[in-house]
Amino acid sequence: MSAADTTTPVKVPPPMSVPPPPTSPSPSAGRKRSSGATPWLLLAPCLLILALVLGYPLVRLVTLSFQKFGQSQLWGFLPAQWVGFDNFTAVLGDGEFWAVVVRTVVFAAGSVIFTMVAGMLIALLLQRVSGWVKTLVNIALVASWGMPIIVATTVFKWLFDADYGILNALLSKLPGVDMVGHNWFASGPQGLAVIMLLVVWGAVPFVVITLSAGLTQVPAELEEAARLDGAGAWGVFRYVTLPILKPIIVMLTTLSVIWDMGVFPQVFVMRGGHPEADFQLLTTYSYDRAFVVNDYAQGSAIALITVLLLLGVVAVYMRQMLKIGEVE
Amino acid sequence: MTIMDAVARTGSGSGRASRPRKSKAGWNLLGLLVFVTAGFPVYWMLNTAFKPAKDAIDPDPSLLPTGFTLDNFRRALDIADFWGPVGRSLIVSLSVVAIGIVVGTLAALAISRFAFRGRKVVIVGILAVQMIPLVAMIIPVFLLLNDLDQYDKLSGLVITYLTFILPFTVWTLRGFIVNIPKELEEAAMVDGCTRTGAFIRVVFPLLAPGMVATSVYAFIQAWNEYLYALMLLSQEHQTATVWLGNFTTKHGTEYAPMMAGSTMMAVPIVVLFLLVQRKMAAGLTAGAVKG
Repeated sequence: MSAADTTTPVKVPPPMSVPPPPTSPSPSAGRKRSSGATPWLLLAPCLLILALVLGYPLVRLVTLSFQKFGQSQLWGFLPAQWVGFDNFTAVLGDGEFWAVVVRTVVFAAGSVIFTMVAGMLIALLLQRVSGWVKTLVNIALVASWGMPIIVATTVFKWLFDADYGILNALLSKLPGVDMVGHNWFASGPQGLAVIMLLVVWGAVPFVVITLSAGLTQVPAELEEAARLDGAGAWGVFRYVTLPILKPIIVMLTTLSVIWDMGVFPQVFVMRGGHPEADFQLLTTYSYDRAFVVNDYAQGSAIALITVLLLLGVVAVYMRQMLKIGEVE
Repeated sequence: MTIMDAVARTGSGSGRASRPRKSKAGWNLLGLLVFVTAGFPVYWMLNTAFKPAKDAIDPDPSLLPTGFTLDNFRRALDIADFWGPVGRSLIVSLSVVAIGIVVGTLAALAISRFAFRGRKVVIVGILAVQMIPLVAMIIPVFLLLNDLDQYDKLSGLVITYLTFILPFTVWTLRGFIVNIPKELEEAAMVDGCTRTGAFIRVVFPLLAPGMVATSVYAFIQAWNEYLYALMLLSQEHQTATVWLGNFTTKHGTEYAPMMAGSTMMAVPIVVLFLLVQRKMAAGLTAGAVKG
């Protein structure tokens, strides 16, 4: 497989090497005979591992957030003590926590909106460019998609470096702009904007490639018909393309929300392991509470609140998955 | 099985409208702009990695390559032990992939080829579990490893990586299995194969490419993981991703060697990614795992 053809996935919607599934109307009909213990035996190792590494910690996360659990409890000097909702009242009553929540929501919303809009625009653009331009863009996209997050973060740190960063040098070349020595991370909002750019840069390729595959499936006759009926470019997009792509857009958006609410290494590494107060997002804030302040219980309470915040979005994603007939 | 099937189902036509050529130039220009913007960070990483270190801290840097040197790579290999972390990352990632693929294939077979009570619950559970952000779990996972006496051990890291690799392999392999027509297996069984025989002779050969792609992708994810590696291993047992932090000390950051280090980390991964990207594009939305 050459690099060239791996970078043009757009033309091949279902990249499975095997024949497509027979869309039999009664998927469970042929299965009835084969119940019994076999499936559970096959599932057993998987379920056991997940129960240990995921189930147990999840339960522990919940119980921890109702306990007093600090350094002394960690080393076993003191038993963990039940404190009811104390951790939650402490966290929710803290003004800083709410500032962090607002910052996280704004950051995630911004990242998702920019990712989706940029992804959609680039996908539409790719339909209109010549083949060689498309190949070039695809190469750039797949290369940036494949970059490990830690590497990407390190590279962005270098691009935005105050003294030797290429961005300040380039911006200063513009007439009337002097960005020499400008520190992008002096203030939270500006620094987070840079981190948002990093997140968007990393997330756009996936969105573009998925949407491009979707766009190839929009029937040309429908667009043609709309155009004959007098729809402009926007009208065709709004009333033909968008409704057809809607299921994909819903999935991509919910996934992006989940990913962008969970952004951690980007902030952590960008700020050298110690994000300042106005860089804290829910994830880093929870980490900070647990491993810097050594209050594991409050850290867990914050993590639990984050998960609960995400539940709504996860529900939409799962519903969409089920609706598509994913889980027959 | 995937978003791509949803895509396939949403429209029946496939022909793309042939657009007039006249306005292509403008679109191409825009496309090139996207190419430059999206590709620039990667280009600048490579550019800095291969240029003499003194050019890297030029206040008026040249956008084009200024010279070619491997000194930065030498310095990067020098600054802290490189092969130790790489070896550890390899051990951890390969073990996780091995367990993830074997256990995952069994589970994927169960949920895609058998009807049983509770099947839907298992499927929804595996899907839902992938949605929990890893960061949210770090506190109890840290305490769990502490209790199991697995803190600062590679085996401990392997266990924790299964939290995100296993649901991913199960879900992705399931996608590949449901695409193999059941009729093939049934035909083999009519011809006298046992159920296991039918799997080994018919399903497995068809599934193998999917397994390879899934393994490679799982490997990349395990290799790239940062937070657990940082938290659950001490400095002397650091993995490759954490190794990249060695370039920043209290005396400042050595950017050119750091970009050389980044290049060494990124190139093999990007190449692996290129190899499986197309095959995984479909499974990924369903897999829903990233960073």
